[in-house]
Order: sequence, then structure tokens, then C-alpha cells
Amino acid sequence: MSEILNVTEVSMIFGGLTAVDQVSFHMDDGEILALIGPNGAGKTTLFNLLTGVYKPTLGRVVFYGEDVTDLKPHQRVEKGITRTFQNIRLFNNMTALENLLIAHPACRGEKVTGALFGGKKLRQSRRKVVDDCEAILDIVGLLDKEEELATNLPYGKQRLLEIGRALAANPKLLLLDEPGAGMNSLEKEELSRLIGDITGKLKKNVLLIDHDMKFVMGISDRIIVLDHGEKIAEGKPDEVQNNPQVIEAYLGKGIEDDEE
Amino acid sequence: MKKICSIYEAHKKIIQVIVAVLLLCFPFLITNSYFLHVAISIGVYVLLSMSLNLVTGYAGQLCLGQAACYGIGAYTGSLLMLNYNVNFFLAMIVSALVSGLFGFLLGLPTLRLKGDYLAIVTLGFGEIVHLVFVNWADVTRGPMGLPGIPSPSLFGISISGRKAFYYMALILVVLFVVFMRRLINSGVGMAMETVKTDEIAAESIGIYPIRYKLLAFVLASAMAGLAGCFYATYISYISPTTFVYNTSVTILAMVVLGGMGSIAGSVIGAAIVTLVPELLRFLSDYRMLIFGAVMVIMMIYKPEGFWGASKRVKNIYKIDAERRTHERNTERN
Repeated sequence: MSEILNVTEVSMIFGGLTAVDQVSFHMDDGEILALIGPNGAGKTTLFNLLTGVYKPTLGRVVFYGEDVTDLKPHQRVEKGITRTFQNIRLFNNMTALENLLIAHPACRGEKVTGALFGGKKLRQSRRKVVDDCEAILDIVGLLDKEEELATNLPYGKQRLLEIGRALAANPKLLLLDEPGAGMNSLEKEELSRLIGDITGKLKKNVLLIDHDMKFVMGISDRIIVLDHGEKIAEGKPDEVQNNPQVIEAYLGKGIEDDEE
Repeated sequence: MKKICSIYEAHKKIIQVIVAVLLLCFPFLITNSYFLHVAISIGVYVLLSMSLNLVTGYAGQLCLGQAACYGIGAYTGSLLMLNYNVNFFLAMIVSALVSGLFGFLLGLPTLRLKGDYLAIVTLGFGEIVHLVFVNWADVTRGPMGLPGIPSPSLFGISISGRKAFYYMALILVVLFVVFMRRLINSGVGMAMETVKTDEIAAESIGIYPIRYKLLAFVLASAMAGLAGCFYATYISYISPTTFVYNTSVTILAMVVLGGMGSIAGSVIGAAIVTLVPELLRFLSDYRMLIFGAVMVIMMIYKPEGFWGASKRVKNIYKIDAERRTHERNTERN
């Protein structure tokens, strides 16, 4: 397996607060990596460092052998990193299909002259874009809702649509920030299957954040645990589950430990 | 209002044809030159409100300096025609380019500013341009303005008279509508929409917001400049008093009243804001008061304007998709 993402000692310092403290990890091709940790552990900040919303105070981010640390978010999308958000950020006044269309490289790459004077070629390219996006809508299970305004979709479907939008941008690596938040167990099962499809059928890599241990343990190949901005554990789900440091971070210290 | 809309939806084709025929025959039906003048003014304002709609309605950047670009276009075109005998059509293109360049400068603050702050900067830009018109007397003749701007000529035939200008205005409006439709219903237009809705989300799918904001400013300014050049040659005399803050606000009122993010809205808004004060002339001094009241009431009860983005034209992409679904269904049967 080849390495696709390598993060070396990244730190993010906001004034006096160290949100991410010298975190290093790597990701191999084809694996589902999960990032867990208690609230305020720095998971989303780390995501923002990977997608370029923040530039790390220290450290480098290398993606497919290329240093992307200084690239802006839209440039990183070109390199193949897309994401979803913890609080859903869809284009609410657009339809489900349009949300995907505009993420498609051929659509957002249109130029003014092309848009004004485009003829048959443009129509063909647009048809292909619609085909691609409808295929993705089918994968996330929203094809029957393509004409629906994003804002009118139920919460769980909005989450799926956001994943669809990130997929439409044709990423190599998909970052999902709490994809299962607010979903019921049935929806979560569906989500697990979807993530399996994304990595299995579409051959995308997935890095995700979630709180639900059962969900994370079920789908991820490897887990990284953050606490107070530091990486405290890394390994296979069952290894992490039994790691005393992880248990401590989530549940607090045991009584005996205090007495010692 | 809802009734009007549903009637429109039901007989869309017929109504469109009737409106088109009426617009084409207008100068023959109504020969009164005052009415024709009002119609041409509406035409100019339609161009301007469409240009501002691109920035404010579609790209979501509040701009209070549209009159400045209008003025830059008018002065550029006039000076070229007066001093260098440049053909009107060439002058129109050059004035669009020059205005577009200034639009780029006007758009630069958007790199750092948003919302109200941006509005203040554009307001300042408008004031500065106005002051330049007033004080750069060597070139612009200051408050005295530029008289005697020639009428356009095509292949040696001079185009003059209200009828000719009416048709020119009509052609320009049609060109602008086609331009806006193609632009808005494309990847570029959709990208602008995403920048208006949520810049962070736009960035997350590979759209560089600054690029689209600047693009909107440049295109809108070029459009306003073109309108300015046309206005100058029609009215044949320009002075700085036309290109003041008040004009910018009037254009903004047209966009908001007609409906942000809607081409038809721009046309309707421009027509109403130009016509109503004319119709209320019998009230003499009270007419602006009434007009103001009408606008306030309108914004309270119909904040999305007469023809807001809720009636957004389905974009080309979707129309294609629909056609395909239709094809698929017919194949199945």
C-alpha cells in the first residue's frame, strides 16, 4: 500500500491556545482512517489544517508526495482533497442536483467566454456533468430528490447530499467531519454502507471524524485518538478501544489512580 | 400578485409574443416624443439595473458606486467621440473596457471587505469619481459638462431621432438579457451564486471566491460603462450631476424592488422606478414622497421584490437534465 497523506508535526496555535500540538500521522491508499477524541480535542482544527482553511503554525502536510501546506482551500480541492462540514453547509437556495453540478470540475471550471459562446461542445460537456452528478446522487440515494431545494431536504438527507457534493468535486481523499451527527441508528447503518461504497466502488480514501464509537469501530481500518490537541493513541479499532490512555481521555481517571 | 404570476405561467408564450410585438411597434403606436423619451430612459435604466444585479443580486456584493462606472463610460465615450472623432460603436466598446478596468479597481477591496464595509468603500469610489468629473476641468469641462456629443453613424448614415434611439436601446437591452441569461445559467453564474450563499462552502469545492467577485465587478462595470456611452450619445450633453450617489441608489432601488438575482426583476424594477415618478407628476412636489412610501410598503410586504429569485429560471444544466429525463421516459414507453 502506498502512502497518500503524510502529516508531520503540525501545530496550530491561536494566541495562547494550542489547538493542535505536533500531531504526526500518515494515511495509506485504500484505508478508512478515523479521527476521534473528546470535545475540543482539536479534531476539526486538524481537518481545517488538512483542507487549508488554516495554515499550520508549524509542520507540513504532504499529499501524494506533494507539499500542500501553503495551498489555499480551493487549490487543495484541485489536488484532490474535499470535505464536508460538521454544521452542514449546503447551498440552500439551489436544488440537490445543482449543489453537485457546481462542485463538478467541468462545471465550476467554465469560463465566461465559454459560457457565452459555447455551442455543441459545451452542451455535450454539460450533459456529461449532469450524468456524472446524477450517478453520484444515485450512490448517495438522492436521485429521486434531485429537483428538491437543498433546504427542503430532511436533516439526514442533507448530510448525504453534502457527501455527494464533496464527491462531485472528484476527490482522491474525502474528509468527513462528523458525518453521522444527528442521524438515527438506521440512517447510520446506511451511512456505513455508503462509506464502504465510496472506498470500495469509487476507490476514494476516507478520513472521518465521529463521536459514535460503535459507528467508528465498525467501519474504520485504523483510528487516531486526539486529546487536548495531542495524539494519544493510534492503531486498529480493538487496540485503541483497550488503550488505557484513551479510556482515561473519554471517561476520566479511575478512583484508584487518584489515590495513588 | 400571485394571480398575475399564475396567469403569466399559464400563458407564458402568448404573453411573451405580445410583449415583444408591442415593444417592436411601440414607436409607431405612440408617436408622442415625451413617451418615447421615457421609454428610452427606461431602456438605459434597464441596462444599469441589470449590471448592478450581477454584482449585488447574483454575486451578493453590495455596491453603491454603479453611477461612477456609468459616468466613466459616458465620459470616456463622449471624449473619444468629441476629441478624436471615434466612431460611436468603437467608442462604446472602449468605454466598456475602460469602465471594466475601473470595475476591477472597485472590486479589489472585496478581497478584504464584506457587506456594509464594502458598500461604504464603493460609495467612496462613487464620490471620488464624481469629484474628478467636477474638478478635472481641462478634460471634462467640470460642472459645465460636455455638450454636442454627436449621434452615432453607421456606414456613413447618421442615426438620429427618437425612434432610432428607441430601437438601439431595445437592441442593447435584448443583448444584455441574452448575455445575462447565458452567464447566469452557466457554471460561472452558479459559482457566483455559491459565493453569495456561503464562501467557505464554495472554497471547499474548489471555487475561489475572490475570482468571481472580481469578475462580477468587472463585468457589471463594463455593462454600466456601455450604458453610459449610449446615454451620452442619446442625450448629447452630459454633466457630472447625472453620475451622483443618488443615481447609484436609484439603480439599487430598481434591483431590490424588481427582485435580486432575477433578470426579469431588473427590467420590471427599472420600468417601475422610472415610470411611477413620471405618472405621479400631477402631484408635483409630493410625488417623491408618495414614491418613497410605495417603496417602503413594498419592502414590508414583498421584500423579495416583484420578480425575485424564487422565480429563478431553471439553469441550462437542469433544462438539459429535464430533456434527458423526458427522453428516457419516451424510450421506455
